[in-house]
Amino acid sequence: MSNTAPLLQVKNLRVEFPTRRGTLVALDDVSFDIAPGEVLGVVGESGAGKSMTGAAIIGLLEPPGRIARGEILFAGKRIDNLRYEQMRRLRGKEIGAIFQDPLTTLNPLYTVGHQLVETITTHLPLNPAEARKRAIEWLEHVGIPAAAQRIDSYPHEFSGGMRQRVVIALALCAEPKLIVADEPTTALDVSIQAQVIALLKTLAREKGTAMMLVTHDMGVIAETADRVAVMYAGRIAEIGPVREVVKHANHPYSAGLMASIPPLDRRVERLAQIDGAMPRLSAIPQGCAYNPRCPQVFGKCRELRPDLLDAVTTRAACWLYDTETARG
Amino acid sequence: MFAFIINRILQAIPVMLAVALISFAMFAYVGDPVAIMLGQDFTEAQRDALVHDLGLDQPFWVQFATFTGHAIRGEFGLSYRLSRPVAELIGERAPATLELAFCAAVLALAVGVPMGVYTGLYRNSWLSRFFLTFSLVGVSLPTFLIGILLILVFAVWLGWLPSFGRGDTVQLGWWSTGFLTWSGIKALILPSITLGLFQLTLIMRLVRAEMLEVLRTDYIKFARARGLPNRAVHFGHALKNTLVPVITIVGLQLGAIIAFAIVTETVFQWPGMGLLFIQSVGVADIPVMSAYLLLIALVFVSINLIVDLLYYAVDPRLRIGRGKGGH
Amino acid sequence: MAAAIARFFDSDVWWSFKRSPVTVASAIVAAICIIGAALAPFIAPHNPFDLASLNLIDAFKPPSWAEEGTAEYLLGTDDQGRDMLSAIMYGARVSLLVGLSATLFATLLGVSVGLLAGYVGGAVDGLLMRICDVQLTFPSILVALLVDGVVRAVVPREVHDQIALFVVIFAIGISEWPKFARTVRGSTLVERNKEYVQAARVIGVPKLRIMASHVLPNVVGPVLVVATLNLGLAILAEATLSFLGVGVPPTQPSLGTLIRIGNDFLFSGEWWITIFPGLALVAMVLSVNLLGDWLRDALNPKLR
Repeated sequence: MSNTAPLLQVKNLRVEFPTRRGTLVALDDVSFDIAPGEVLGVVGESGAGKSMTGAAIIGLLEPPGRIARGEILFAGKRIDNLRYEQMRRLRGKEIGAIFQDPLTTLNPLYTVGHQLVETITTHLPLNPAEARKRAIEWLEHVGIPAAAQRIDSYPHEFSGGMRQRVVIALALCAEPKLIVADEPTTALDVSIQAQVIALLKTLAREKGTAMMLVTHDMGVIAETADRVAVMYAGRIAEIGPVREVVKHANHPYSAGLMASIPPLDRRVERLAQIDGAMPRLSAIPQGCAYNPRCPQVFGKCRELRPDLLDAVTTRAACWLYDTETARG
Repeated sequence: MFAFIINRILQAIPVMLAVALISFAMFAYVGDPVAIMLGQDFTEAQRDALVHDLGLDQPFWVQFATFTGHAIRGEFGLSYRLSRPVAELIGERAPATLELAFCAAVLALAVGVPMGVYTGLYRNSWLSRFFLTFSLVGVSLPTFLIGILLILVFAVWLGWLPSFGRGDTVQLGWWSTGFLTWSGIKALILPSITLGLFQLTLIMRLVRAEMLEVLRTDYIKFARARGLPNRAVHFGHALKNTLVPVITIVGLQLGAIIAFAIVTETVFQWPGMGLLFIQSVGVADIPVMSAYLLLIALVFVSINLIVDLLYYAVDPRLRIGRGKGGH
Repeated sequence: MAAAIARFFDSDVWWSFKRSPVTVASAIVAAICIIGAALAPFIAPHNPFDLASLNLIDAFKPPSWAEEGTAEYLLGTDDQGRDMLSAIMYGARVSLLVGLSATLFATLLGVSVGLLAGYVGGAVDGLLMRICDVQLTFPSILVALLVDGVVRAVVPREVHDQIALFVVIFAIGISEWPKFARTVRGSTLVERNKEYVQAARVIGVPKLRIMASHVLPNVVGPVLVVATLNLGLAILAEATLSFLGVGVPPTQPSLGTLIRIGNDFLFSGEWWITIFPGLALVAMVLSVNLLGDWLRDALNPKLR
């Protein structure tokens, strides 16, 4: 981890959903930092809480979901308890967001230019003509050909990949310091995915933008992220430098996850797979949430839930790395 | 644009023809127009002459074509009950109904849409709950009962407003209007509320439902994530997208107002087409009934066309194939 | 069916019912209306159709709590000395009977047409849905009025009075069926392409059997919602027709008929003759509508 003060700090975040059958804990005790300019990859199965973490950071948790405990700090200031209007001023200006499906994230009834200009004029002291000029520049930045003409097109006149480029322009046009990208390539054609990721990476590097990149594509993570957090059942299972987690995962779950990626350099007969499925939020087992599927499970795992512990090169929530003999 | 309109008009023709066929079938086969027109005493020769004059000895399709031809020119024959040309009767009464329907529609839209937007945006406020309760009572109260209650309170108990009729009207050419006299305007108030209230609650509930639907979409979430102010998210984005489905149904509802006027006109003895129609149903005055049916169909088809054009203006996805650039 | 009932009591639907006081209250009001109407001949204090018991001296009695009211006539009497409470109970009976029958008729017709259109598809579907579209553009009250008018023109007057009740049921039912047809067709199209239906077709189960045993159970939920909401509309439609004087025969007055009769005395101050039947009608329709609204939300969790 770098020595600079972190841009984003998430501390012991807990998100709950009250339902008729009791309160569901969607996120529990989630803690991590993102340094300025750093790319943090967040991986895990569907429902592990990746997107939920992103939504909590930008302050757009779906009701009735709410932050029950913990803090989120941005540039040293708490943002999880801001009023809607104060948080609204941060969104887009300081913290940008990119959503999964470019087909549904753009309003079909407005031109892309209109949507860009309204975002720019909301956050920057520019008049409409200047904002329009800025909008065209951004469309060029994200690689839209003939941007000056295409600015007056409607979203349905663009292909999926082009629309995601427009979404990226919209997220970056007020030059935020942090981008929360929630599966930005999942909905795209495989051939387009690499281009969009490369674009995102280049732009983040150019502008010094930090990024929280939520995905379940380990290839994307390996290529883009500086550090990676592995999530399981609403908690962080392991967090550490991307090289270490991919090559030498310490948590049995991350190890299983990494083993399921097809290697590029050699042929294999069968990919490894993890037996069973992630538990539903309403039925998380006692102790470590992963214990029923874990090949290295032992007594303590079934009773107590591990916190993140130092595990050589990373930090892992696993009793294998417990140096003390007994814990309270 | 032009091709679009032509296309829609062509699509409306089969609907109008189907309604015309029903109208004609009523006209030709229900009751016996010859017997009604001849009265008690007639000879076989008189009867045959009349049958021939009316074209009733022609084949079905020829008769239908003749009927349609007459209908296009607004000729529907004589009313059995009043022995006057149907077109004349309807023409006399159309202004009363149209003015009433207009006021009711303005009321329903001007109050219903804002209430729907409000209850959609602030779904948990007490005012929203009040509006929702009000709307449920509104759809459960039959129109005639609303009219009766309004008459009881404002005409019988308070004596502020008239309980029946149009008040004084002013003749503008063939059009008689109640807008230009104080008593005419006063007479419009209670019937307009009676007629508009049901549509108002319906529009409110519809706008609310659509608003809730739109507020859940990704592009609204993304608009929030871009930090747009609430005003822009709600009225710039959510409301405009809500309008697309709302236009269709609101259009049809406004058309329904003219038909629903039947009940309101009965309660308030309002001298419009609805009252004429209900009096005709009571005595099976088929020419008036079939003319009214065709007229209502025409109103609906026209409203559908306007709705399609509005759609076209609001939703750019329908404008595929046009060049890039502005409107 | 028994399994379905068992599932119902374990379901979110039942849970949301118990949790909503408004829904429970409207269920109670609806139950009171139905029991009061169904048992009118046994529990009504008077028989409003027994001409021998009518006494014109008792005419125009105000409700019992008013100055000239008597305890014998709780809600007062009408112009012929009939007890309003009893008249309302008998009237609600006619209103409910017509409303339920018309809704049942519309349901049967609409569900059959919808299943046929959705399952057979092609030209049949196109034609049936076109008819639906055309009819839906006309307000149902207008369709009902036209049907009534035509029947009036075709059958002689004496016969008409005898069959008037059936004419009203038919007129309202025929004006409401397209909503059912549309709902069912939509659900059928979805179900038709599911694997289990495809599988049934491949192994040679006859079309009619597939529709009845595989597709039909899956469209019951939406149909129930439409039917409940439609019951309120049907009761209102009957009341409106009767108010306009073209509904049920005067020998079997419904709530709408009572309101029409009472309307004549509005100006002379005998407000109770029209207001009490009106309140009864509103209570009945409002409770049914509230139940329908709740049912729709409960079966469609997305809307909550």
